[in-house]
Amino acid sequence: MGVAGLGDCTGSAVGLATEANDMNGEMIDSDGIDRRGFLRCMSWAGTAVVWTVAAGVPRSGLIGSAQAATEGLRFAQISDSHIGFNKAANPDAVGTLQEAIKRIGAAQDRPAFMIHTGDVTHLSTAGQFDTAQKVISEAGLTTHFVPGEHDILEDDGKSYLNRYGKGTQGAGWYSFDQSGVHFVGLVNVVDLKGGGMGNLGHEQLEWLEKDLAGRSASTPIVVFAHIPLWVVYADWGWGTQDGAQALTYLKRFGSVTVLNGHIHQVMQKVEGHVAFHTALSTAFPQPAPGTAPSPGPKTVPPGELRSLLGTARVSLVRNDTPLAIVDRPLAG
Amino acid sequence: MTELLEPGVFARRTVLRLALPAAGGLLLAARATQAQAADDVKVTIDNFVFAPATITVPKGTTVTWVNRDDIPHLVVCPSVNVRSKVLDTDQSFAFRFDKPGRVNYFCGLHPHMTGVVVVTG
Ligand SMILES: [Cu+2]
Repeated sequence: MGVAGLGDCTGSAVGLATEANDMNGEMIDSDGIDRRGFLRCMSWAGTAVVWTVAAGVPRSGLIGSAQAATEGLRFAQISDSHIGFNKAANPDAVGTLQEAIKRIGAAQDRPAFMIHTGDVTHLSTAGQFDTAQKVISEAGLTTHFVPGEHDILEDDGKSYLNRYGKGTQGAGWYSFDQSGVHFVGLVNVVDLKGGGMGNLGHEQLEWLEKDLAGRSASTPIVVFAHIPLWVVYADWGWGTQDGAQALTYLKRFGSVTVLNGHIHQVMQKVEGHVAFHTALSTAFPQPAPGTAPSPGPKTVPPGELRSLLGTARVSLVRNDTPLAIVDRPLAG
Repeated sequence: MTELLEPGVFARRTVLRLALPAAGGLLLAARATQAQAADDVKVTIDNFVFAPATITVPKGTTVTWVNRDDIPHLVVCPSVNVRSKVLDTDQSFAFRFDKPGRVNYFCGLHPHMTGVVVVTG
C-alpha cells in the first residue's frame, strides 16, 4: 500500500515537535523543529484512514467504510470545489465534484448533512455559483458553507453572501447545533493583510467568545473554516494569524474538532483535546509544503488525480474525544 | 494626485503593447497627457512571486502586473487605495504612480506574496 506524497508535516502554531506517521504506524522524526512538548502531526493521502484520539494519544487505523459507520452523528466535508477551474491540473472540476457528490449521496452510511469549507467557485461568478449549487444539491443533503478567498472576489463578497449569508454575522460566520454537537463556521479570508495569513479579526473573535461562553465544556465542538486555523506552513501563508486567539476560547472543551480546506491535501494534528484536519479538494491537488517553488495547482498523471481528490466523512465517536475523520478519495 | 489609468483587467494585446517602450509611450501620451516621459514597467507573477519584487520608478510611470500563474491573483496597494480586479491567467492590471513615495503591495488572495514600488520625485 503506497503513501502518496506527504511524508512529512511541516510547522506548527506553537513550534512544538512534529512527527509524521506513515501508514505502518512507524514514527518518522522530522528534525529541525523545536521539541518543547507534545504534538503530533499525521498526514495521509490516497487511502481511507480513521482518526481517533483517546487520552491525547492519536491513533489511526485503516478501515473499511462499514467499520467506520457509527450509530451517532455523521456528516460529510467537501472543500475547494473551485467550480470554473479548467487548467491542466484538472480540466473538469465540475465532473470531479459530481463524482464526489454521487459517492456521498450513494454511501450506505449516508451522512446527515454536509459542510463545505470554501472555494466553492474559482472566480466568484454567478454562473460558477449556480453550477456548484446545482451539483451539490444532487446529494439531497442540507449543506453548510463558509467562504474561501475565491468566493468573495466580486462585490465585497455579495455574490457569496446573497446565496449563503442568510442568518449569518459579519462576513458570513455563524453557529448551529445538531445532535448535541455545536458547530461553528468561521470566515478567515476577509481583510487579509500584506505579508500575513488567514485572518479572523476582532469582531469575529468577540462573537466567537460570546458564542461559546455559555456552553458546557462537555459539548463536542466542531469549528470549520477555509484556511487552516493552525499554521501548517507560514512561507505559503497556510495558517491563520489570529487562529491561536480563537483556540484559547476552545481550550476548556473536552472535544474540539477543527476542519479546514485551502491546502488541497490531508494534514492532521492533535493538541490537547483539539484535533485539526484539512480536507482534500474535489478539484485539484497542491504540492506538500516546501516540495515545490510555490503552492498552486499540481498536475499529476491522469491516473493519479482521483487518488488525490476527495471528501471527508466525520463521525461522533464519544462525547469526550474529537470526532473520527475518514478521508475518502475519489479513487484508490 | 494618483490616478487610476486602467482600473481593471485589459486585453493581453494591450499589455504587450505597453511592454514595448515605444508603443507604450504613445499609448500613455494619448491617454494621460500629464504623464512625464517614463518607460512603463512590467511586474510578472510567476509561481506566487512578484518579479521584480522591488522596483524603483520615476513618478508618472505606469506599472503593469501580469499574472502568468494558472491560479488567479489580485494586486492590493493599501497606501494608494488600489485594489485590482481579480487577475486570472495572462490577465493584467495597470496603475500609474504619480506621487513619490514607497508603496508596499500584496496579493489580496495570497497575502504572503508582497512587493514594493518605490516612486522617485
Ligand atoms: Cu495570489
